[in-house]
Amino acid sequence: MLQGMDAKTPPPSAAPAVRVRDLTKTFGPVRAVDAVSFTIARGQTVGLLGGNGAGKTTTISILLGLLLPTSGQVEVLGIDMLRQRFAALGRMNFSSPYVELPHRLTVRENLTIYAHLYGIARVADRVAELIEDLDLAAVAGRMSGKLSAGQKTRVALAKSLINRPEVLLLDEPTASLDPDTADWIRTYLERYSAAEGATVLLASHNMAEVERMCDDVLMMRRGRIVDQGPPAALIERYGRTTLEEVFLDIARHGAAA
Amino acid sequence: MVLWGFITLNLVGDSSWVSQSFGVLISGVLLWDVLFRGQLGFSLCFLEELWSRNLGHLFVSPLRPHEWLIAMMTMSLVRTLIGIIPACLLAIVFYGWNVFSIGFPLVGFFACLLVTGWWMGLIITALILLLGLGAESLAWLIVFLFAPISAIYYPVDVLPTALQWLAYALPPAHVFEGMRSVLFGHGMAWGHLLAAIGLNIAYLALGGAVFLVSFHTARRQGALLQQGE
Repeated sequence: MLQGMDAKTPPPSAAPAVRVRDLTKTFGPVRAVDAVSFTIARGQTVGLLGGNGAGKTTTISILLGLLLPTSGQVEVLGIDMLRQRFAALGRMNFSSPYVELPHRLTVRENLTIYAHLYGIARVADRVAELIEDLDLAAVAGRMSGKLSAGQKTRVALAKSLINRPEVLLLDEPTASLDPDTADWIRTYLERYSAAEGATVLLASHNMAEVERMCDDVLMMRRGRIVDQGPPAALIERYGRTTLEEVFLDIARHGAAA
Repeated sequence: MVLWGFITLNLVGDSSWVSQSFGVLISGVLLWDVLFRGQLGFSLCFLEELWSRNLGHLFVSPLRPHEWLIAMMTMSLVRTLIGIIPACLLAIVFYGWNVFSIGFPLVGFFACLLVTGWWMGLIITALILLLGLGAESLAWLIVFLFAPISAIYYPVDVLPTALQWLAYALPPAHVFEGMRSVLFGHGMAWGHLLAAIGLNIAYLALGGAVFLVSFHTARRQGALLQQGE
């Protein structure tokens, strides 16, 4: 369980968790991601912010190897994702409200299958641990397709943590959740990240969530990173009081000079 | 209609068929079911992932595409056996026809038709990856397009000459010709079995190549995350 874990710190010589260089993805004439470069140190939680169509999901998909870039380089944990992605995939994971688990399998069956896919050593123990941690005991025997949105999100989160990922990519992890459930998820993620020393890249439209959880923020607009920095520094730079105001400034007027 | 037209043509022209037709037809039905269930079992495994929008999770796991394909083939085998064994037993109970009396060649026929179902499933999967769920109906229909030229219930020489070439270019016609050879007491037609095996190897390689190209294209176009939405 998370409470019992010792916080892990990466060795000082380790490669960054994520390194992206000149990443570009075009769909016909549309440049969905345009010469994006960034680095995420191990153990950091970084927010990827931007309006609809800014390129967040495209960037995450490329990081996961689901989408091939037009050009550029992507490394996760020092591994080239374009050439050796299978060496990295077992050490990372992701969750998104737009991807679901097989509807006709129970929560326990889904978690068990994914535990096997990730080569987890003691599958039953790990599944039981996640069911307890994420408060899924009441629905563990229920078919995944019959769950509420909040329950599905918790199950998806359990699946994304099945392999204790060193890098966790989350696409709108609290979308369409009530404030109480969303807060519960955020708290759980903060505890997980602290306990495991995990790196988290979080794409979200919820500015309060990003402000609370993230060490650093990448602001995307029209496929490019237009600004970046810790939430407090961005708020100060734009002379605003919240990250949401900064987001609206950038969305309407572009980045500060 | 096409199928039964050719069956009628054959029965009218060959009286020996009438006396043997019962066993030949029942065996044809049962073996055809192997191909149908083999293909559908493979394609449904893929469609179930699409329907539940699970492809994104699968392909960010360390599961490699060839492992996924082997899993779908295994599921296809299991589903086919679950469907076909009770049907074979019912044929014994209700019609007194024991398809297992074909003996060892039945294993070869079964394996050839199952593999044919797999490469058909591979090509259907590749097309759905490229075209989306709009191509789903292929999974249900494609086997029936092959039925008239598969010589299930009549020999290949009933077909027009041009269709005979087409029939012999596909493994099922060789399997069903082989089945009839055994049932009519002419022994195992090794030539047909070897032809079916050779053609299956070639088409399986082709199906695998088409799937890999389609998978690469889906990764380039972003279809793996969008499918099922």
